[in-house]
Formats: sequence, C-alpha cells, structure tokens
Amino acid sequence: MAEQTAPPQPAAGPAPAAGPRTGKPDSAVVRDALGVGIAVGLSGFAFGVTSAGAGLTLLQTCVLSLLVFTGASQFALVGAIAAGGNPFAAAAGAFFLGIRNAFYGLRLSQLLALPRWLRPLAAHWVIDETTAVALAQPTRRQVRIGFTVTGLTLYVLWNLTTLLGALGAEAIGDTDAWGLDAAGPAVFLALLAPMLRTATERAAAGLAVVLGLGLLPVLPAGVPVLVAALAAPAVLWLKGRSLGGDGGTPAAGPATERTKGQDR
Amino acid sequence: MNVWIAIIATAVGCYLVKYAGLLVPAHALERPLVRRLAALLPVALLAALTAQQTFSTGQTLVLDARAAGLAAAALALLLRAPFLVVVGAAVAVTAGVRALGG
Repeated sequence: MAEQTAPPQPAAGPAPAAGPRTGKPDSAVVRDALGVGIAVGLSGFAFGVTSAGAGLTLLQTCVLSLLVFTGASQFALVGAIAAGGNPFAAAAGAFFLGIRNAFYGLRLSQLLALPRWLRPLAAHWVIDETTAVALAQPTRRQVRIGFTVTGLTLYVLWNLTTLLGALGAEAIGDTDAWGLDAAGPAVFLALLAPMLRTATERAAAGLAVVLGLGLLPVLPAGVPVLVAALAAPAVLWLKGRSLGGDGGTPAAGPATERTKGQDR
Repeated sequence: MNVWIAIIATAVGCYLVKYAGLLVPAHALERPLVRRLAALLPVALLAALTAQQTFSTGQTLVLDARAAGLAAAALALLLRAPFLVVVGAAVAVTAGVRALGG
C-alpha cells in the first residue's frame, strides 16, 4: 500500500497549513493519520479481489496481506503468479518493489528513535503511508503518534478488506466479467503517476514499458519485468554520461529526497 | 506449492528490507547514486507491470477491454480523483466494455 502514493497528500497538506512551528495539537496528527490509514486501508479490497481472481486461495491471499504488507509488492507477486511465472522470479519482482522501504526506514529510525527491542515490530509498518505521515510531523512525539496511528489503522483495515475482497471475488465467480482484472494495473498506474515528475523518471518508465512488453513473448514469465527494472540503472547511466558524470547532485540530493518523501 | 514458495520468499525479503532500513547505519545507503537508483527502480517496475498486466495474457500481447479501463484510470488520475475512484473507474469501464462485447 505504500505504494498508494496518492493518499499521503492529505496528510502532507494540512501539516504546513497548521504551521509546524506554531505547534499542532496531537488530535490533528491523529486525524491526518486516520484519514490516510482509512483511505488506503480500504484498498485492501482491491487486493483481495485481484489475488482471488489470480487463483490464489483465501489463506494465501490473507497471508500475503498479513506478512508482506506492502501493496505494490503484493499486487506484483499476484500478477506474476497469475501469468504463470517461476516462483523465484515472481518473488524477486515483488522484492525489488519493496526495496524503497529500506530507505524509508533509514529516515524513520532517526525520527522515531525507537528502543532496540521495538524495532523488529515497528519494521513491519515501514511503508509509504506511515513514512509520509510521520515525516510531516513537527515533533518526535507527534512523529511517533503519526507513525503508530497510521500503521495500526492501515494494518487492521488492509487485512480486513483483503479478506472481504477475496471472499467477495470467490462468491461472484468470474472476476474478469466484472472487470476486476483491471484493478491491478489501475493500482500500479495510480502509484506510478505521482513519481513521473522529471524527464529521467519518464524515460525510465518508457524504457521499462518497451522492455517489459517487447520481451514478454520471448522470455519466461516473470523475467521480462526483472529485465525492465534495468531501465532504472540504464537511464541513470545515460544521464550521467550526458552530463559528464553526476557531480553536483550530492548537495541537492538529500534535500530533494526529503521533500520527495513527504509529498509521496 | 510453488505459490507458497513465492509467498514465503516475498514475505521474508520484504520484511528484511524494512528492518534493514531501521538498523543499517545511515551512511551505508546515503550515497546519492544508491538513493537515486532506489527512487527510480519502482518507477521502472511499476511502468513495466502496468503495461504487462494491461496488454498481455500469459505470454501473448493483446489489446482488450483492460486498455479502456486503464485509459479511464489515467483520466481519473489527471482529474486528481482519489485512489479508490481511480481503481473503480478502471474496473467499471472494463466491465462495461466487456458487457458491450468488447
């Protein structure tokens, strides 16, 4: 769900308006966190339906939401399985999508300053939405409130709606007739759209589409997506060459990265 | 069985990267190139996955009702619709086109 990039905007929006420095009541943090948690949590329904439509059992679908708990990775895995992919290629694609969570954790670990024993538990909730809400808060106390309330609401709702979606899909039988096979790609597009800010990102996306579709008929299922991921290093390399190395960016890097986290 | 292997591998892998972020010393992942690659990797993957799940069945490229659904989702995104509306539009349009025999 992290992946559900669009929803964090409400959280990022109200924060500056309330004026981080003038102080913001804890209730406002809870309200923002609940807004994101509920909006995104409900989209577990789309996952439950997609997963059941892809042929996974109710138990498999629910285990994915309980144990993986990072939406894009779950959708990717289910899509790869439906396409008949090798399990390891399918898992690798899902794993690559989850890597960005490591970078969220990196930033959150300083802000949350959690005791060592609590980190293995908190880690499971390190996703796009919890990061977006937590980073928008002015004080450590409110960072912790934002992270916890978003994480708890989203985790509970995401798993409940996954179950309901999977049960619903089983009940209606042919999910394709209801257009439910379009839910997966629509989710990916919604996650992707806010990321296409610069020419570099658009070039990477375009190249990935060409590789993903072009190689689909000739390579085993699941592998074309992994090859398409190479569009990212390829575009960075080409950009580095055309700029004569990527000097100059280190100073700008951290700042842009920080704002990026918030508006995602 | 294969499905369970994929599920367990994904669960373990995704959890470990989350946990690693909380444990790894900041400088290890702070190199600009590593960060930019991490930001660009999801872009490439999501683009490829969107295209594949819209325009293919198994290993064959196809153009069917899903393309209309994706176009509806894109339109909803341009209109800044909420997440669930975007997904709902794609599903409804795909179902509608199929019902009309598309």
